[in-house]
Amino acid sequence: MNSVSDKVMTLQDAVRKYAFDGCHMSIGGFTINRNPMAAVYEIIRQRIRRIHLYAHSNGQGVDELVGSGCIDRLEIAYGGNGRFAPTCVRFKKAVQNGSLMVEDYSNYQMTLRFMAGAMGVPFLPTRSSLGTDIIDKWGFSSELRKTDNRLPNEKLIVMDNPFTNWTDAAKVVLVPAITTDVTFIHVQKADIYGTARMEGLTFSDVEQAKSARHVVVTCEELIKNDALRANPDSNQIPHFCVSAVVHVPWGAYPTACYHHYDYDPTYLNEYRKHAENDDLYPAWLDRFVYGVSNHQALLDLRGEAALEAIRADARTGYAVGLDRR
Amino acid sequence: MSDYTLKELMTIAAAREIQDGDIVFCGTGISMVAAMAAKHICAPNSTIFFETGAIDSILEETPLAVADPRVMFWTSVNGNLADSFATMQNRFTGVHVVGILGAAQIDRFGNLNSTCLGDYTRPKTRFSGSGGACDVGSFVNRTITFMQHEKRKFVPKLDYLTCPGYLDGPDGRKKAGLPEGGPMSVITNMATMGFDENTKEMFLTGYFPGISPQKILDNMGFEIDISRAVEVPPPTPEELHILRERCDPQRLIL
Repeated sequence: MNSVSDKVMTLQDAVRKYAFDGCHMSIGGFTINRNPMAAVYEIIRQRIRRIHLYAHSNGQGVDELVGSGCIDRLEIAYGGNGRFAPTCVRFKKAVQNGSLMVEDYSNYQMTLRFMAGAMGVPFLPTRSSLGTDIIDKWGFSSELRKTDNRLPNEKLIVMDNPFTNWTDAAKVVLVPAITTDVTFIHVQKADIYGTARMEGLTFSDVEQAKSARHVVVTCEELIKNDALRANPDSNQIPHFCVSAVVHVPWGAYPTACYHHYDYDPTYLNEYRKHAENDDLYPAWLDRFVYGVSNHQALLDLRGEAALEAIRADARTGYAVGLDRR
Repeated sequence: MSDYTLKELMTIAAAREIQDGDIVFCGTGISMVAAMAAKHICAPNSTIFFETGAIDSILEETPLAVADPRVMFWTSVNGNLADSFATMQNRFTGVHVVGILGAAQIDRFGNLNSTCLGDYTRPKTRFSGSGGACDVGSFVNRTITFMQHEKRKFVPKLDYLTCPGYLDGPDGRKKAGLPEGGPMSVITNMATMGFDENTKEMFLTGYFPGISPQKILDNMGFEIDISRAVEVPPPTPEELHILRERCDPQRLIL
């Protein structure tokens, strides 16, 4: 299905088709920016379970997936959300109560792991983490790794530089490739074939997309193929990597989408308050996730004034003067 | 003259350590404000950069995360994570990087824990994890670490070693295979600390006005040398003006 064909579908259909119980998944974005939140909420609504999620620093999206019980195993570098949650709240609770199994890497290591998957090599080397507990302490035991053929049998491997001190490095850490069943990313612009353009920082979205069997692209603007070809240097994802394209304006909300809208400080603060309280959190989920049929219904519930407050300013790409306390 | 907060003094103390021409790796919060302050105070030609890939951002407003859209505006280059960490691992560029970090625990060799308290697989308290901190600590020449000055945070042994300092002493990094470099200073709400050239152990370099070296020791879980300490000069009116009017006018961090 990765040919030059019309891949546009609804988000419900895309999630139904490409996400499944026990799937290996990654989501794009970084903390409070360009998380594919519309897709995250649809995954929660469809009650996909036992997901094995790979993330570097995907704060809000990871926390909401963890909080709603979709994730069994998480390989991650950073479970935080900037000033809005120094440690993601539901992530913290799930690790502490033993309901979420976690394997820790660094941000660079997770990026290299996606890159290795994208390149089709089994691992990539780095000098990061030598001498630390990232090497010594494993979240997924050797026994578990032996019984699950979707996991590499080692978390990582330290080896002497096989080129004997070449570039003055005595040792390297080999980190294993990630390949996912499906990766969800949210972009500013895409065409019906899946060619995609991100604006601002791309984080590791390109590597994440290319390490996936199937990529679902949600986009702010679905535009003509010719409009993307007019400025091809700005496009990052080629059509043949993509399986589904979904037009979802405000699809990263409540996280930011550069040039379109800022993060919503009110929503993120309210989310944290509810997430911290086990009695309040189910009601929050019922109201803002299960209680709405799709992303537009969530936006309607938040109201026009809330969205207008975070609309991006044309010069800077964010909402200037937004009250972010 | 004494009309300043401890957070402001900490920020200024960090800013003073940044040299002109440095490439400054910023995390969230106070580290960003320190890097912004340094550009105005002592290092006009320093370059702020973020692990998310933003290089030399014009921070008209204070970002609340390293992925805040505010870091993307008017940069010289908007890159990505692979680029930013390669910049630090690269031996031509990495030696010019000073990293600003924070952590839940620190030991006398400047190793940091930002992962968990208690057993790793079933922790008593879980924190965010490394993020880019382990990469920064592994690669760059100098790091500045912000800490709250509490006994439970300055510990003889970390619950989890997330980010390498000097590991177990003078040869620690070499034995492990890490590049040279390591922690330069630690800045708390009471004091500034450095690391001895020979032993690589933490020692007191400065105490904040009104705080005695003994009080500083009383709030640490291990002994450090206090014989070389001097009082940290308070922020000047000009430094405070820059901090308040140009770095965090909305008072989102300070």
